[in-house]
Amino acid sequence: MGQEVTHAVLQQNYMKLQFPSLSANEALARMAVSAFVMQLDPTMEQLTEIKTAVSEAVTNAIIHGYDGGEGEVRMYCAIDGGMVDIVIEDDGAGIEDIEEARQPMFTSRPELERSGMGITIMENFMDEVVIDSTPGQGTKVRMRKVISRTSECQ
Amino acid sequence: MQTSVVNGVLVVHLEGELDHHAVETIRNDIEDQLAKNHCRGLVLSFRGIDFMDSSGLGLILGRYRSVTGRNGKMALCAVSPPLRRIFELSGILKVVSMHETEESAVRAVKEA
Repeated sequence: MGQEVTHAVLQQNYMKLQFPSLSANEALARMAVSAFVMQLDPTMEQLTEIKTAVSEAVTNAIIHGYDGGEGEVRMYCAIDGGMVDIVIEDDGAGIEDIEEARQPMFTSRPELERSGMGITIMENFMDEVVIDSTPGQGTKVRMRKVISRTSECQ
Repeated sequence: MQTSVVNGVLVVHLEGELDHHAVETIRNDIEDQLAKNHCRGLVLSFRGIDFMDSSGLGLILGRYRSVTGRNGKMALCAVSPPLRRIFELSGILKVVSMHETEESAVRAVKEA
């Protein structure tokens, strides 16, 4: 990977977005990631999967990371070959027990009518999801999805 | 969001993007309409929904609790394939039935 880039036009690209922890910015994050991955010519299904996973991660940062209060959410997206890497990061409360948080239907905020399916959806819609979190310092969710394998075959 | 009352059942036509930002207002609007129209049955139509994440599941489960808490029934209709996938993944269809059309959803709520 990444060794024979001579003939590829869009082998590598990246973008960064940072915004305050406001629920109105959930749509902004989805639209930005959607516009960015279009250069990989994803199917409608792949695009929906990426938008949904990003929406879940950003919503978690806003609701759980910052508890609906002030803070900054950062999104970093990179294309490497036919693959997209997305990082969603916050400096919020962090997750005490990541294994517990990953369980389908687990939610720390049932009173907010959260379904507890956010991480399960991310894991089902993306090829790889890695969560790093330090209580009191923040959470970093790294997600990866292979969009096309054509560039490797040329 | 448009609502109508069909045979005593509140039918809610959801519109746009069903995310965390949108659900708070929608939740309050549905609860207000249920109370105002004295409806025990509820049908949620997803025909006008372009996007939904797990916040939509929370909205459905919350309304399911409030409707069944008053001995009412609830059903979903006009669900697109991407939404259907989220519903299937969550297991929500074990408690709330899904229908092709609004008519059959209203009938299911009425007959239950």
